[in-house]
Amino acid sequence: MSILVDKSTRLVVQGFTGKEGTFHSEQMIEYGTPLVAGVTPGKGGRSHLDRPVFNTVREAVQKEGANTSVIFVPPPFAADAIIEAAEAGIQVIVCITEGIPVNDMIPAYRYVKRRGAHLIGPNCPGVITPGQAKIGIMPASIFSEGSIGVISRSGTLTYEAVDQLTREGYGQSTAVGIGGDPIIGTRFVDALELFEADDETEAVVLIGEIGGSAEEEAADFIKSSMSKPVFSFIAGATAPPGRRMGHAGAIIAGGKGTAEDKFAALESAGSIVVKNPAVIGSTVREHLGAAS
Amino acid sequence: MKVHEYQGKEILAKYGVATQGGMIATTVDEAVAAAEKMHAENGTELFVVKAQIHAGGRGKGGGVKLAKSIDEVREKAGDILGMMLKTHQTGPEGQKVRTILIADAVDIKQEYYLGVTLDRQSSMNVIMASTEGGVEIETVAEESPEKILKEWIDPDVGLRPFQASRLAFGLGLEGPAFKSAVKFIRALYHAYVATDSSLAEINPLVLTETGEIIAVDAKINLDDNALFRHKDLAEMRDTHEEDPLEVESSEFGLNYVKLDGNVGCMVNGAGLAMATMDIIKLAGGDPANFLDVGGGATAETVEAGFRIILKDPNVKAILVNIFGGIVRCDRVAAGVVEAANNVDITVPLIVRLQGTNAEEGKAILDESGLDIETAILFKEAAEKVNGALKQQSISA
Repeated sequence: MSILVDKSTRLVVQGFTGKEGTFHSEQMIEYGTPLVAGVTPGKGGRSHLDRPVFNTVREAVQKEGANTSVIFVPPPFAADAIIEAAEAGIQVIVCITEGIPVNDMIPAYRYVKRRGAHLIGPNCPGVITPGQAKIGIMPASIFSEGSIGVISRSGTLTYEAVDQLTREGYGQSTAVGIGGDPIIGTRFVDALELFEADDETEAVVLIGEIGGSAEEEAADFIKSSMSKPVFSFIAGATAPPGRRMGHAGAIIAGGKGTAEDKFAALESAGSIVVKNPAVIGSTVREHLGAAS
Repeated sequence: MKVHEYQGKEILAKYGVATQGGMIATTVDEAVAAAEKMHAENGTELFVVKAQIHAGGRGKGGGVKLAKSIDEVREKAGDILGMMLKTHQTGPEGQKVRTILIADAVDIKQEYYLGVTLDRQSSMNVIMASTEGGVEIETVAEESPEKILKEWIDPDVGLRPFQASRLAFGLGLEGPAFKSAVKFIRALYHAYVATDSSLAEINPLVLTETGEIIAVDAKINLDDNALFRHKDLAEMRDTHEEDPLEVESSEFGLNYVKLDGNVGCMVNGAGLAMATMDIIKLAGGDPANFLDVGGGATAETVEAGFRIILKDPNVKAILVNIFGGIVRCDRVAAGVVEAANNVDITVPLIVRLQGTNAEEGKAILDESGLDIETAILFKEAAEKVNGALKQQSISA
């Protein structure tokens, strides 16, 4: 097992024929991801990367049995792409697009929830179940098969953590980049719940950052519902208040959302906190023992 | 994006939000002319001269003054225009006042707070109201959270009239003041949504002696991601309010935030950039900046990054931390070599490359003949930063 994506994934790429969509689709196909179709409105009926192109997601579902989508659509149209995927019955929607207006995301978020689908992102690197399916833009080479679940708000910092785990001999069951936007479809709590229920996940590494209260909510969940060990790191201990650190969500506002508060909440919830980002992998080894 | 109070009021007035009247001025003569015009047209006798800077706390810093005559407007405008206004949000050097707002003084019966923003926890907009007007809402939230009334806006049905009424009742209003408040709340929410704002805050919201509810201040933050559909609002950007280095870096697609430390850093990705700042601290230094070069990390962007970092005289070392994914480390290394050849880097440079083609990238740097310390592991990079700082403290 694993979470969200695996060998049974049948992926449709929205924004398939664009530059980004094409490049990353090639990478996903090379990894062995079951990529069955693409959607670019107005280009239906063609073939691209040896896969059929459709005008609508509905056609990709009806004709190719797509059950998962990844979105490379430009920001002004991305929220519509999310809603279209959910309307067509797609169960896992991964939105890579960065820069979607919040006012577009509010109804999209609500709609996806109502349809019972999972939305990952937006503004995220995607989801990977090593050895089975890579849905997103992450570099394949650093991942390895194993039993550590990884959840992160950031892209390259996820790669850093995964690379450290792989070097220590710890592969990953699934790694989920949940994104750094103020509104995201899957939060730490949602991913933790999935990992807790997944037989193949032995422990979870959670990479948070300053701003918002998602890590505090994760801490409450860890305390009440997690039996598996959760290792956590929060980026931004040195960030000053009131300044936005790149991600729209990464800002300490009104004295709330500091790394210190988040570390404290996670620690008191029983999470193993890692305060140095260079020792995430070695801390996992110290607690779980050398990987077999 | 932040806008000034007078711009916020202009925006709100377009959507029917009742705001305090006023005119802007950039010189003392303009201020006097504005006051004379307001006197002639509306019979204004009492004026408030307000510094227009983005930072809050202007009143406490001496940027808001009452003027009881046209002569006093001249005097106060002269005091405020050009001053370096220091508030708890400006930093120690303060912010230069280039524009002032001459506003009608209002007979205040009662002050309230009203704000609209996104509630991240519920992924819905929320309207907040409080009888504790004129003080910072964060303080109210901390000390007496029960005094903040909240109405969450369900995106399926929008703001309902009963919600606006419930807020106005909650503020203890009745009669014409109640009606005025309901109208105000609905207009403010409409303005917030229509302009893609991320914050619309009225503090204080004022009940006048004549029973009207009006905005005496307005803090509007716009969603940067939505500016593409609001060209008129995008033009309200005031780059004087931004750090010049941050403006320059944004032209290169770099995301730079200046900090007070001694170790500059250049990183791809916001999360990794924050983690790099953190590790600089753990290595005994202090981060001089946040700098995310994004997905590109080409010779051009790296060069721009070096130039921007080196403009800060406090920088004693630079750490470049690139995790190559789609961007290959050998390409980044070639970019770093090219940039380092074009820029006179006078402080120790530590480059850490990891991910796709990291070893090839390291080899390019090691063989370049440039004085660059290289690292593959994050830990090694931190140790080398520590070493560079120690070396300097010994030689100093």
